[in-house]
Amino acid sequence: MEARKLQVAYGEKIAVKDVDLVLPEKQVTALIGPSGCGKSTFLRALNRMNDLIPGASMKGEVLLDGESVVDGRLDAVELRRRVGMVFQKSNPFPKSIFENVAYGLRVAGLNDRTLLLERVIRSLQGAALWEEVKDRLQENALGLSGGQQQRLCIARALAVQPEVLLMDEPASALDPLATAKIEDLIHELKARYTIAIVTHNMQQAARVSDTTAFFYMGELVEVGSTEQIFTNPREPRTEDYVTGKFG
Amino acid sequence: MIKTHIDKSYEAELHALRERLLEMGGLVEAAIAGSVRAIVERDAAMAEQVIRKDKLVNRLEVDIDGACRRILALRQPAASDLRFITTSLKIVTDLERMGDLAVNIARRAVDLAQTPALRPLHDLGRLAALSEAALAKALDAFVTADPVKAEEVLEADDHLDALYLKVFNELLTTMMEDPRAIRRATSLMFSAKHLERFGDHATNVAEMVIFMVRGTDVRHAKNKD
Repeated sequence: MEARKLQVAYGEKIAVKDVDLVLPEKQVTALIGPSGCGKSTFLRALNRMNDLIPGASMKGEVLLDGESVVDGRLDAVELRRRVGMVFQKSNPFPKSIFENVAYGLRVAGLNDRTLLLERVIRSLQGAALWEEVKDRLQENALGLSGGQQQRLCIARALAVQPEVLLMDEPASALDPLATAKIEDLIHELKARYTIAIVTHNMQQAARVSDTTAFFYMGELVEVGSTEQIFTNPREPRTEDYVTGKFG
Repeated sequence: MIKTHIDKSYEAELHALRERLLEMGGLVEAAIAGSVRAIVERDAAMAEQVIRKDKLVNRLEVDIDGACRRILALRQPAASDLRFITTSLKIVTDLERMGDLAVNIARRAVDLAQTPALRPLHDLGRLAALSEAALAKALDAFVTADPVKAEEVLEADDHLDALYLKVFNELLTTMMEDPRAIRRATSLMFSAKHLERFGDHATNVAEMVIFMVRGTDVRHAKNKD
């Protein structure tokens, strides 16, 4: 997936300026930068979540497998099936664990009980949650812990077999152990999915990603291998940010 | 450094670490100067002082190692801070070894002071001055984060090696001419060798400074030819 000269504005205010960024296939790309730098806006633009915000506009190009996702030929629902999203705050539906994962499949018209169960199991396994919930699939999802709820949301995204997973601060509300589980899961998921993760936790970006992109005031300042960004960044602004200095 | 860390206590820790490395470097500089002066001036007391003061160098090595480990564990330094910490961890080992070399020379000085003077020792003094200058410049390059200055240290090491060879040959001739001089000449030869090694450690420090500033490793460049 890739963005070319992508610009996103809220009314007059430009939040993302002329960003060119490729998310390498089956790798993890971390988007870092201070609050308000445009990283979350950029992430949301990739599956057109900004369309839902009044006054938001988008210029430039976003390509999925070489096809435009902004010219309107690709339906937003289909786009969001192929490009799934996991949010900062886990947001399971107030339904059973099973129904949470099956929801997207039912919307897509799958109602065969056996097929549904098979896909739900595979998604829960993929999200490293199966062992913890296999005996209580019919219980309410809101009874799960925060970390389990977040993995349930990942399972829900995986159920519709996406190509790309966008994660916006997926572990910022979790304790260190639940965070480690999510990070471990990200390592496993990248064998099958292209992943972009927005995080304020720089150590997390360093741990989970292959590529790191540093955003500042709506611009993509620097992108490089995660090792390079954290040991020897080229741009002074990146250096100041990763070392925690006054700009 | 113009830009400072937002977290002032972190800034203070990095500053304190840099100060301690300089303190250690200063002690080692004084030690090598003192040990060679002790030989040239036949001053056993000065040599004993160098030997005693090495304890301070050793203690600083342990302290600095600890400070680096603490910063790595608690601050998770990145980019230039990370390179500064890993450089410090390596520099401290070189400095400690340099202190030991000064002690070795000081021990020879104690020995030599009890025997008749062999001959004028101008070249040994010059060798010492070059080694000392190499360390001083490497430390200066470290404090000012100046890779150009560090490169000068690398270049100057060739002069040091050439001078060492000259001293070596002279002492060898002295021994061949007068077998009674062998014990004293051997002591001087070891001292000269220690000074040459001292210069190599200064070169290591300079190479690490270049890495710290530029992020590129220049070690073993000669082997690539």
